[in-house]
Amino acid sequence: MSTKEISSNPGGTLLKIKNISVDYHAANGTVHALTDVSIALERGQILGLAGESGSGKSTLAYAITRLLRPPAEITGGQLLYYPRHRDSEVEGRLKGSSRANARAVTTGNMIESTDAVDILQFSPAELREFRWSELSIVFQSAMNALNPVLNIGAQITDVLRTHQPAMGADARRKRAIELLRLVGIAPDRIRSYPHELSGGMRQRAIIAIALALSPELIIMDEPTTALDVVVQREILMEIMDLRERLNFSVIFITHDLSLLLELADKIAIMYAGRIVEMATRGELRHQPRHPYSYGLLNSFPTLHGPRRRMTGIPGSPPDLRDIPPGCAFHPRCPLASEACHNTLPTFLPSTPDTPGQLVACHLYDNRFNAGERPTNAEFAVRYESAYEAMQGTRKAV
Amino acid sequence: MIISSSTQSTAMLRLRDTWRLITLNRKVSFGLAILAFFVLIAIFGPLFFPKDPNTFSQDILQPPSAAHWLGTTQTGQDVLTQLLYGTRFSLVMGFLIGTLTMIISIIIGLVSGYFGGWIDEVLSLATNVFLVLPTLPLAILLAAFAAYRGPLTIVIVLVVTGWSWGARVLRAQTLSMRNRDYVEAAKASGESTLRIIFFEILPNEISIVAAEFLGTVIYVILAETGLEFLGLGDITSTSWGTMLYWAGNNDALLLGAWWWFLPPGLCIALLGAGLAFINFGIDEIANPRLRTEPKGAKSSKSRKATAS
Amino acid sequence: MRHLIRRIGFYLVALWASVTLNFIIPHLSPGNPAQALMARMRGKLSPQAQHALEISLGVNHDPLWSQYVQYINNLLHGNLGISITYLPTPVIQVIGQDLPWTLVLVGVALIISFVVGTVLGIIVVWRRGSFSDSVFTPFFTFLSAIPYFWLALVLLYLLGSQLNWFPIHGGYDSDNTVPGWNLDFILSAAQYAVLPAITIVIGSIAGWMLGMRNAMITTLSEDYVLMAEAKGLTSWRIMFTYGARNAILPNITAFALSLGFVVSGSLLTEIVFSYPGIGFAILQAVDNLDYALLQGIFLVITLAVLGANFLADLMYVLLDPRVRLGGS
Repeated sequence: MSTKEISSNPGGTLLKIKNISVDYHAANGTVHALTDVSIALERGQILGLAGESGSGKSTLAYAITRLLRPPAEITGGQLLYYPRHRDSEVEGRLKGSSRANARAVTTGNMIESTDAVDILQFSPAELREFRWSELSIVFQSAMNALNPVLNIGAQITDVLRTHQPAMGADARRKRAIELLRLVGIAPDRIRSYPHELSGGMRQRAIIAIALALSPELIIMDEPTTALDVVVQREILMEIMDLRERLNFSVIFITHDLSLLLELADKIAIMYAGRIVEMATRGELRHQPRHPYSYGLLNSFPTLHGPRRRMTGIPGSPPDLRDIPPGCAFHPRCPLASEACHNTLPTFLPSTPDTPGQLVACHLYDNRFNAGERPTNAEFAVRYESAYEAMQGTRKAV
Repeated sequence: MIISSSTQSTAMLRLRDTWRLITLNRKVSFGLAILAFFVLIAIFGPLFFPKDPNTFSQDILQPPSAAHWLGTTQTGQDVLTQLLYGTRFSLVMGFLIGTLTMIISIIIGLVSGYFGGWIDEVLSLATNVFLVLPTLPLAILLAAFAAYRGPLTIVIVLVVTGWSWGARVLRAQTLSMRNRDYVEAAKASGESTLRIIFFEILPNEISIVAAEFLGTVIYVILAETGLEFLGLGDITSTSWGTMLYWAGNNDALLLGAWWWFLPPGLCIALLGAGLAFINFGIDEIANPRLRTEPKGAKSSKSRKATAS
Repeated sequence: MRHLIRRIGFYLVALWASVTLNFIIPHLSPGNPAQALMARMRGKLSPQAQHALEISLGVNHDPLWSQYVQYINNLLHGNLGISITYLPTPVIQVIGQDLPWTLVLVGVALIISFVVGTVLGIIVVWRRGSFSDSVFTPFFTFLSAIPYFWLALVLLYLLGSQLNWFPIHGGYDSDNTVPGWNLDFILSAAQYAVLPAITIVIGSIAGWMLGMRNAMITTLSEDYVLMAEAKGLTSWRIMFTYGARNAILPNITAFALSLGFVVSGSLLTEIVFSYPGIGFAILQAVDNLDYALLQGIFLVITLAVLGANFLADLMYVLLDPRVRLGGS
């Protein structure tokens, strides 16, 4: 499963996130949780979203599923979804009802495909139809994502009953058992309540529920964070194995970049509500381009990368009510120059050799940096001196 | 030195923030306004009507008029004067008994939650027992057997029957606090247990104490009025409850003297609602999810995108 | 099961506590006013009744422990003393006559107010931010602070005395009906119960409504509700099976805990309407210094409240698999 194979995936585009912005309206100012985020996801791909907490990665997941609640608000952009051309009942209905929408939303823009539907334009009924049958989500905390008063079986079958009303009670039960088997849970657990299951079992049960309608895309929001390392590993293997067999796409959200380096096809690094770098895992492992990516990569010990001194990133993420002008990362960036303080970097191919590795940083923009592009070694030196300077000020105080 | 002064100023800042939050909350402001209204009446009202509220007169059962804004009772007492003095009495009683009750709740709740073990077993059993015992019948029983009827009896009776609710809530909170870092740190630095309980833990539960205090005051005012209405208070004193007692005993209702029994009850309900509003506001500040969502702030298009 | 056994144990302790309080309270007061009363009663009662009354009123001179044993023994034999108001009727008989009125009135009113209040709480959360939430919630907050008996006075004045829609006094039409299982009597009793029942419902509904509202709001922000939404379930199912089904659990606990308070309010309501229940008996006992009756009433009300609490416990156990099946 090399990077090459994936990028030549014949399945085509599944989801295009275009210029999505999300604001939270708080009493003491508007929080810009996402600003102008665009990503394309190919069929069968695993897309990793990484960043510190508050970088907007979970907000993006909730925006895609339209689960954001007030005071959060999607202030702009499109979520273009490309339903698969198959003769499924659900697909047919979905496409039929939203085709007009698709045309409407692309007016004035570059027309992507007449088959695309904008998730943001769905009516409540269309949204209900779309949810889970096309896109399901695995939540961070398995303990809290299961209804404590319903048994596992009921939480699987209520999806089936809602989305496939023709299915009989027996068939639903059979399907539920089949799903539990698929994720390695004994069928007799179908009557168990969440509190009777271990943490790992609960997360498996949630994955079983997520698979119930064989969706095209599963969003996994830190699916293993709450689990201990051994179970974490098991669940990850399970997810990879299931994806191999069932061929769904995954958006995998984590703060642990090293995890993504092992399993994601494409990785988007987020900072202060924007994507700052997008690359395949190979590219990123070999040479992160954005200073933030480098810093993030070196906040976690990696199994594969060369041994480096762990310095972390100085400072803390910005207040999203008051994002620094220019590049939001400049107050923490050890390589920041004058331009970073006032000019917003554009998203560009980093170097001619790696046209697919996009980065929003003036270091790769010929207008601001005509010279050499930084290397890992230079990043390391700069971060270390920033680290030492910080230690120095601390002592002085 | 630098550190301590900076924490002090952040503490001040936090206090100011809290105050801003509190006054920004419409429910709290509304409740505070009602409470302030009654406090002002209690303090200054009697100054404007210095007449003894129990003075009889020839104006018997007069409906509201220029001479008697809220009419008179069957014995010719001025209802407004009674109401003003009654406000003072009921407020003082409410807050006095509320404070005493809260002190007991705090001691039992914090001690029970902090120590755990058999102390907790015993104290929380007592708390739960008092919680399920019907308070008014118990209060009636206590008041009936008291050798003397008057404000002191009511104070004792209501404190005895009212402490359990606050104690239960504070115990639960203390239980979740006793293993926090700052408590461990205080323990490690050798602070005395009493100091830890009342100077480290208690200040962190102040919002709960405030909410429970307000709830207790509401309970006290309602229960006090109930006892007095039954004639278990000092019926010669002037309070909202005794006004209702006399109104009830003299068939104000059948005589159609609505001006007699309506005002005291409205005052109780208004004051109670004011306190309840402050309480709900504090709840909302502590748990922002409870806030009523603002309306009309968003365009219809974006609302569609966020609605689900 | 273990949970239920523990609860039963707790109720037994609570029962013992109330019985003992009942015994202790008369002994606490220095110049026990019952003493004067007993002096007046001397000679009017049989020596046996006199002795029992002395023990329950705490004016006997036997050693305390022996009084306590005799008191418990009397209780176990259903001997709560003699009512002075209805001399020489035993207290237990007076209570037996009044209790059904209160049980039916308060029971029915409570169930109505709990169900309606809970449903209202769900509705205002469902229509969050709408008119119903911004109007209902403050209005119910105001309602929650109104004393029952004053509400009773107002309703009595408006609907009874002024508009003559409902009878304002008593429990049934004593001129034209005979108490018993006949339609006339039942209809008449129902008619007389309307106003007191409305009072109790209005007085207590705000608590359940506001409690359910807050519990619903807290529940709806749980991840499992978000997941239910992501699953594309109907909003009906999300609201009830995922939201209300969980939110009702704390509300049942609150129901059990505030029962005593609501019952207290109901008793005062009965007094205003001269309803022939326990509340009215309290007023008469207070007026006539009928201490034995007061003690008996306290015990019986406690018993009823504990019983209702136990029912709420059973309900909770049925609804919450975590308690039902044990576990973490």
